[in-house]
Amino acid sequence: MTQAVGKNEMRVRRIDDATSVVEVRGEITAASEKALMDAYAEASGAKTKAVILDFDGLEYMNSGGIGLLVTLLVRANRQKQRLAAFGLNEHYRQIFELTRLDEAIVIHADESAALAGAKA
Amino acid sequence: MDERIDATATTPATRTSDPTATTPAARRSDDGNWAKPVRTLSTKDAPPGALDQNVAGRRINAANGGFGRLFQKTFSVRLEGATVTPQEVIRAWKTRFGEFWPKGQQMFLPETGIAPGEIGLINSSIRGTPTMATGVLVIYADDESFSFMSPEGHPFAGPLTFSAYDDAGTTVVQVQELTRASDPLWELAMMTPVLGERMQNDIWRQTLRNLAGSVGVDAPAVESRIVCVDKRRQWRNAKNIWQNAGIRSGLTAPLRLLRRR
Repeated sequence: MTQAVGKNEMRVRRIDDATSVVEVRGEITAASEKALMDAYAEASGAKTKAVILDFDGLEYMNSGGIGLLVTLLVRANRQKQRLAAFGLNEHYRQIFELTRLDEAIVIHADESAALAGAKA
Repeated sequence: MDERIDATATTPATRTSDPTATTPAARRSDDGNWAKPVRTLSTKDAPPGALDQNVAGRRINAANGGFGRLFQKTFSVRLEGATVTPQEVIRAWKTRFGEFWPKGQQMFLPETGIAPGEIGLINSSIRGTPTMATGVLVIYADDESFSFMSPEGHPFAGPLTFSAYDDAGTTVVQVQELTRASDPLWELAMMTPVLGERMQNDIWRQTLRNLAGSVGVDAPAVESRIVCVDKRRQWRNAKNIWQNAGIRSGLTAPLRLLRRR
């Protein structure tokens, strides 16, 4: 059940023991740190191999948001987990390219491709 | 803080970090705040006196492309007693960035100031050493913040954000970086007492003091928070040393001296 929408909202779906999806809605700024890191903790179990970020509902991101994603990437790498993403529109794809996040977070066209990539 | 977490793993759990509901009309847009992606940087019409080296043809280096430990560093100062809004401070910072840097550090920006996609040329010198030339790309700018990323060869890899916000009626200005030393030599320099501080942290502390002084706040306390986010060094990126801007600037220094004569 989705709660009232705030400036940012994270919704966690466990696909199976190895894969989770974090739905990112609204904004990602430095103020989103607690929400994003809590969602990652929820998505990340002992057997988790891949955490997939769903950016379909992303509406606003500033450079503080990029910093958060870098920090998330470090945490995932430390846990030997892969970080992937889908749902990025052209604008946010360009930002990932600009900041070279696309070299560390694999971007997929949609959720089924991301899930298939996680299983590969 | 409105924090709702569903304990069951199979049921979607939702977290709301800001209890204030955002109506569609209040939604912000980041259109125009970001630079367009570039494969490599290009420079043109360097200002007189600027050493334009180690920027053109280089790629932007992200934190995951750096070598050293990853640090999140935050330097902030409260502009107590100053009647300036965060937007006014950022406007001044964007147009007069170089003026607030400490002695020995020069930033050459377009006359229009800091804007997404603009490139700033950096000429940096520590007494007794040749001038090191490098630069930054402005990746993001809005009314309350702006961010840089640096090209390969720059001492640090990762985003650097300058921002201002209101804290109970007082404007706070802040520099925050999430960076690694870009190669083993820069990592070694960062680990060297005094030199490491002088090369990086003191630059931002002095910048904030200079910025505060420009709005009438003299000798304010600068709060520093330095957290090592990742202790591991990324040895696969040790090869970055071939592009080290300090080495390359040093190697070309004799030629520059000869040309001047």
